[in-house]
Amino acid sequence: MKKLLSVLALFSVLALNAQTKYESAMQNGFAKLKESKGAEDFQALGAYYERIAEAEKTQWLPFYYAARHYTIAAFMNPAADKDKAANKVAELIAKAEAIEPSNAEIYCLKQQTAVMQLVVDPMSRWQTYGAQASEAIAKAKELEPGNPRPYLLEGQYLMNVPEAFGGGKAIAKKLFEKSLELFASFKPLTALHPNWGKEQAEQLLAACQ
Amino acid sequence: MFVLQIDTMKAILLFIAGLMLGSLLKGQVLVKGTVKDQKGRILAGANIVIKDSYDGTLSDSTGAFSFKTTEKGKVILVVSNIGFKTLEQAFDLGIDTMSMAFTLKEEINELKAVIITAGSYEASDKKKGTVLKALDIATTAGANADISATIQTLPGAQKVGEQEGLFIRGGAAEEAKIIIDGTVVNNFFYSSVPGISQRGRFSPFLFSGTVFSSGGYSALYGQALSSVLNLESLDIPEKSELQLGLSPLFASLGLQQVAANKKSSYGFSYNWTNLTVYQKLVPQAPDFFKVPDFHTADANYRFKTRKNGVFKIYAYYNSGSLGVRNPSLDSIGLWNAFQLNNQNLFTNLSFRQFLGNGWKLNLAGSISYNRDQIASQVQNQQYQPVQPTQIPVIDQASFTNHATQWMFQMRAVAEKRFGSINTLRFGAEFWNNRDSARFQSVLGLYPSLVKDRYTAGFAEADLYITNELAFRPGLRIEHSSLLNKVNIAPRAALSYKLSKNSQLSADYGIFYQTPERRYLVNQPAVDFLRADHYILTYQHISSSYTFRAQAFYKDYVSLLKTSSGFPIAVNNNGYGYAKGIELFWRDRKTFKNFDYWISYSYLDTKRDYNNYPAFVQPGFAATHSGSVVLKKFWVKNMFGVNWSYNWSTGRPYYNPNRSAKEFLTDKTIAYSTNNFSLNWLPKIGKANAVVVLGINNVFNERQIFGYNYSSRVRDADGLLIRSEINPPASRSFFLGIFLSWGVDRTQQNINSNL
Repeated sequence: MKKLLSVLALFSVLALNAQTKYESAMQNGFAKLKESKGAEDFQALGAYYERIAEAEKTQWLPFYYAARHYTIAAFMNPAADKDKAANKVAELIAKAEAIEPSNAEIYCLKQQTAVMQLVVDPMSRWQTYGAQASEAIAKAKELEPGNPRPYLLEGQYLMNVPEAFGGGKAIAKKLFEKSLELFASFKPLTALHPNWGKEQAEQLLAACQ
Repeated sequence: MFVLQIDTMKAILLFIAGLMLGSLLKGQVLVKGTVKDQKGRILAGANIVIKDSYDGTLSDSTGAFSFKTTEKGKVILVVSNIGFKTLEQAFDLGIDTMSMAFTLKEEINELKAVIITAGSYEASDKKKGTVLKALDIATTAGANADISATIQTLPGAQKVGEQEGLFIRGGAAEEAKIIIDGTVVNNFFYSSVPGISQRGRFSPFLFSGTVFSSGGYSALYGQALSSVLNLESLDIPEKSELQLGLSPLFASLGLQQVAANKKSSYGFSYNWTNLTVYQKLVPQAPDFFKVPDFHTADANYRFKTRKNGVFKIYAYYNSGSLGVRNPSLDSIGLWNAFQLNNQNLFTNLSFRQFLGNGWKLNLAGSISYNRDQIASQVQNQQYQPVQPTQIPVIDQASFTNHATQWMFQMRAVAEKRFGSINTLRFGAEFWNNRDSARFQSVLGLYPSLVKDRYTAGFAEADLYITNELAFRPGLRIEHSSLLNKVNIAPRAALSYKLSKNSQLSADYGIFYQTPERRYLVNQPAVDFLRADHYILTYQHISSSYTFRAQAFYKDYVSLLKTSSGFPIAVNNNGYGYAKGIELFWRDRKTFKNFDYWISYSYLDTKRDYNNYPAFVQPGFAATHSGSVVLKKFWVKNMFGVNWSYNWSTGRPYYNPNRSAKEFLTDKTIAYSTNNFSLNWLPKIGKANAVVVLGINNVFNERQIFGYNYSSRVRDADGLLIRSEINPPASRSFFLGIFLSWGVDRTQQNINSNL
């Protein structure tokens, strides 16, 4: 009985410790994000989350953040090979999806990867990747109607699409407004779940005025 | 009680000890080092990770890395970088600092390896060697969205104004084959009309990739002395769509329906082309007594199988007629009237399946049918048929010919990947051709029937010796039942990568072709035609620039010789050569939204074939030719302006006033044309629209493709009279509006959610 109790105690300590290790590592990443400026910083941050993801194996959030930051890095670096980066991101998305299927946040990532590949050659790619982007957003909205990020990303994308193709500032503006309306009541599931975008939506809305 | 207290104490102590143990473990070790490749070059951005831990970093721009870890004892360090083999190495972590140097081995992979394109212009979006896409074809001024017309702006493909077809590097039109999803298309172009070049039948938007090779093509294909144009049809489209096209020349309607799960799709389209309105607006030089009128219908069905397999069926049917009248040169006041009725069917079935373990299977089948009913008639001033004149050349100009072609094909190709990207492909194909014709003139009725069963087996391997060096050996064995002969055709390509974007390749191959069946009616003991190719290519390809320089030598070891007179006797004593240099430059980067390409070809070729009385430069070959294609697009207004300039030196033409020794010594004037087109992509209502306006030969430059000579009427100097072969109208126009209604989910969602 004594032994059992002490072993249990030891395990609970280790378990508690492990839990906090993951959480603190994730939180540590959020702190690093605040200091990240250039494409290289985001690439490093992506690699950081990828390490956590590969070590944990059962958490989808580190895969999500790895994919997200690699995407940002690729967008920031004009010389980046966007197709290569998209391939890498798609691998991470697939791993995240295997753990957490049907999540709106993952569909948001899919939209960003599609847009990333679209910008390589918009003239001949918009039919394929434009459709993929809109579909991913539609799915994200369907899965989680209260999530503000699909509206933010859709607005950001349509802002740069010519009016002739159903884009333009007027449509984007409505989407940013809708996104901010949802941000007002949005609560992430845990402190580690995605909770970004409000400031971005405000800035973009201002740019539409 | 006391015992219990001690137990509690112990538990608490253990708990504290546990906490302490946890933090004790967090003593940090500094891990640092460098990452390089085998050649000692710095590798920046390599990922260094302690396996199953959070600790690691990326190497910096000097290839150096350092990070702190709380891990202890035996660990595995994983070092990875895109394009390199991942390295896993066990380490015993020391007390404070670990210093290590890693060397990564390059991985042979598709992204970095030399591309074995061997003489071909890859035009799909998949590979890096992208040269032409469907949209490029649609926006090339002067091409009017015709695949072959756009290919004529690339080096090696000769523009021949009076005849359709691909004339590649001194080869005649029959010497090039066009392939859709593995099967040969016998009648890719609309049926020939004397003196007027015809378009290709298929829209560029049916295809995802266009691979054009100007020589030295793969052992997977055969029966073309010059080259193959390989078209790969689209898989399942992204979205359902309803399309409508309107123009003074045609009207078209199409529907493409994609299943909700995107696993299958079907579609059909109908097109009616009638030039009545157009010919009223743009007067044509010949008298079209029957205005060109074509009906085209096509249908497709595609579905995805498990493991990413795709099954596709495509069927095309076209029926058309036209009649054109020109003054007869053999008798003043008479007319030569040419009337054509054509029915054409092309069906293709293809299946692509991954079988696991690196195996892939491609199956294809096709049935095609073509019927031409040609009536040529000598008419009087009232356009009535003339009675026999007893002048053979006039009487023999009246004839009818009903020609029917059936072709059935089957093809299987297995592909096995081994090592990292080495590939072995092998397979077989079978064609059954049946051509029949009934030719009738004053000389009598000549029915003919030619059948040929063609069987071929082939194998080819892509071997990557290193990332820089690749070798592609290939072999093809063919048999024709009609010739009752077998040939063995080896092919080889060697590619060497000089730098990140440039490479050098050398190609060699023997290419056989069965002579045109129309010459083989009741002909014994003729052998395959043969051409040997030697090609040297330098290319520099990045996402924004393409530069290619090619030098080639082609030895026509065996060509068909025909006797003059009737009936025709044939043998294999024809021969010839072609050599030349080709340059191609395309730039999409220097100027924003501005894309241009320049091509130049130098060709030196001579041949003695068919009924030629001498060894000469053939009538379809020009010594120098070039093109400049410009495209400017304004994204904001969705508006594009395109220009193209094509030029070539004069081509030899036959002048019967000269002796046999001077055969084909006359040359036409140089060919030059400037074309303009404009495309605008507005949103009209809920439809995405494309408005296209094109003007060919903007400056009305004089174009002479050759001459028709009289066989009996002479001028004051005693020379046979002639007429120029010109385009039907010196300037031609195109105007079209294409509307498509897609299921635009973006719009739906905006409306339903706001």
